[in-house]
Amino acid sequence: MIRKLAATSLLLAVFALPQSGFAQAPDWAKIRIGVEANYPPFSQMSTDGKFSGFDIDIANAICAQIKAECTMVSQEWDGMMPALNAKKFDMIVASMSITEERKKSADFSDSYYDIPSAWIAKTGSYSQVTPATLKGKKIIVTRNTPRAKYLQDNYKDSEILLVAKEAEVTMELAAGRGDIGFGSSLAATAAFLKSPEGKAYSKVGAPITLGGAAQGGGVGIAMRKGEDALRNKVNGALKAITANGVYKSINDKYFDVNIRGQ
Amino acid sequence: MLYGYLPALLEGLVLTLQVSATSLAIACVFGLLGATAKLSGSRVARWTAEVYTTAIRGLPELVLMLLIFYGGQIGLNKLADAQGWGYIDIPPFAAGVLTVGFIFGAYLTETFRGAILAVPKGQAEAGLAFALTPTQVMRRIVLPQMVRHAIPGFANNWLIMIKASALVSLIGLDDMVHRAGLAAATTRAPFTFYMAVALIYLTLTSVSIFVLSRVELRYSLGVRKVQF
Repeated sequence: MIRKLAATSLLLAVFALPQSGFAQAPDWAKIRIGVEANYPPFSQMSTDGKFSGFDIDIANAICAQIKAECTMVSQEWDGMMPALNAKKFDMIVASMSITEERKKSADFSDSYYDIPSAWIAKTGSYSQVTPATLKGKKIIVTRNTPRAKYLQDNYKDSEILLVAKEAEVTMELAAGRGDIGFGSSLAATAAFLKSPEGKAYSKVGAPITLGGAAQGGGVGIAMRKGEDALRNKVNGALKAITANGVYKSINDKYFDVNIRGQ
Repeated sequence: MLYGYLPALLEGLVLTLQVSATSLAIACVFGLLGATAKLSGSRVARWTAEVYTTAIRGLPELVLMLLIFYGGQIGLNKLADAQGWGYIDIPPFAAGVLTVGFIFGAYLTETFRGAILAVPKGQAEAGLAFALTPTQVMRRIVLPQMVRHAIPGFANNWLIMIKASALVSLIGLDDMVHRAGLAAATTRAPFTFYMAVALIYLTLTSVSIFVLSRVELRYSLGVRKVQF
């Protein structure tokens, strides 16, 4: 009997004790952020094992803006969503594209970047790019992308060559199988222009943001569903750092194009 | 060397070794408990151990790791929310070594069970005849003799476990393979880093094989055949 009583009171003590101290008021003075380092220059690891890059800088800028004390939590990409929902951290700043599928398991902030698309062709071949100047020309683009859809909708008088991968846009262009390429202004395109094969080529016309952010696309910060207070804070901070120039200084540290994409 | 990432890799190596060694200790405990349960007279104990080894050995380590780390945390969160405790964190290190230890405990259960069965029954009977308790018989007579039979299987499991410890990167631990992967992504020189990791693993496993073969010799004293 006494033993039973003792066990019960011990159990009660264990159950009751944390109730007073542990419960965390969600004022978001402390935020844990899930980051990774597999996607330079957005995220990478320095030789001392610390993480750095565009994403990390943006995360720090947001924390400074909302005066929160932030901890970066290293997390492999594959475990990002489960870890978020298991409350291992409160948000993900890891170049995560906002997709319908992901919206089922998390809420997203407004887009914080959206890499524009660029035209690329032999230097000097086109002074401007319009459906009229590309009439009858062959445009190379990656299939199943917003870019391909954009061309099919807007460049009906041009021939469109669909390729499987982003890197093939410039490969096909260099091989002479098309007149002009339409691709990401950062990924394959930038590397190609710096390579020996890309010497005779350059970006032509103006870069285009395909309305990804406006339509709720782009790249955002994922949070657990229903954390509206945090989401409002983050969205406010994104607006503020875009307005006060902090975003631009981070952008220019890594890229020669503006990737804000609003 | 290694674009300046060598110290970062070695830091990861320390974690890899910590995870492996701690997991091994936990696996041995689970293995001994499992083997004892499988050989015990109690039907409940036998069945529990049977379910344990069948389920754990039948599932991929990766799946178990994710189930325990994330599933366990989500379950704990639900309980904590219901009780108003707030957030209780499962530290990745504890979760990692418990999971790896729990998994390899199932393999070691079979290794230890086979090794215990290999000790002649008369040994234990003699111990009991001298009025030793079953625990004393196990500790003083059976266990020292089963080590000899257990070493080859044990060595196998240890080697596999060192390598499997790389799975902990998935639950947020910064082990050597994880570090190498990040360095490879950052410098775009994957071959350099994975080659370095391969060599480090090969060194680790070679040393292990050497040490364990000495241990096997030591425990075979008195039963080893004469070699000419």
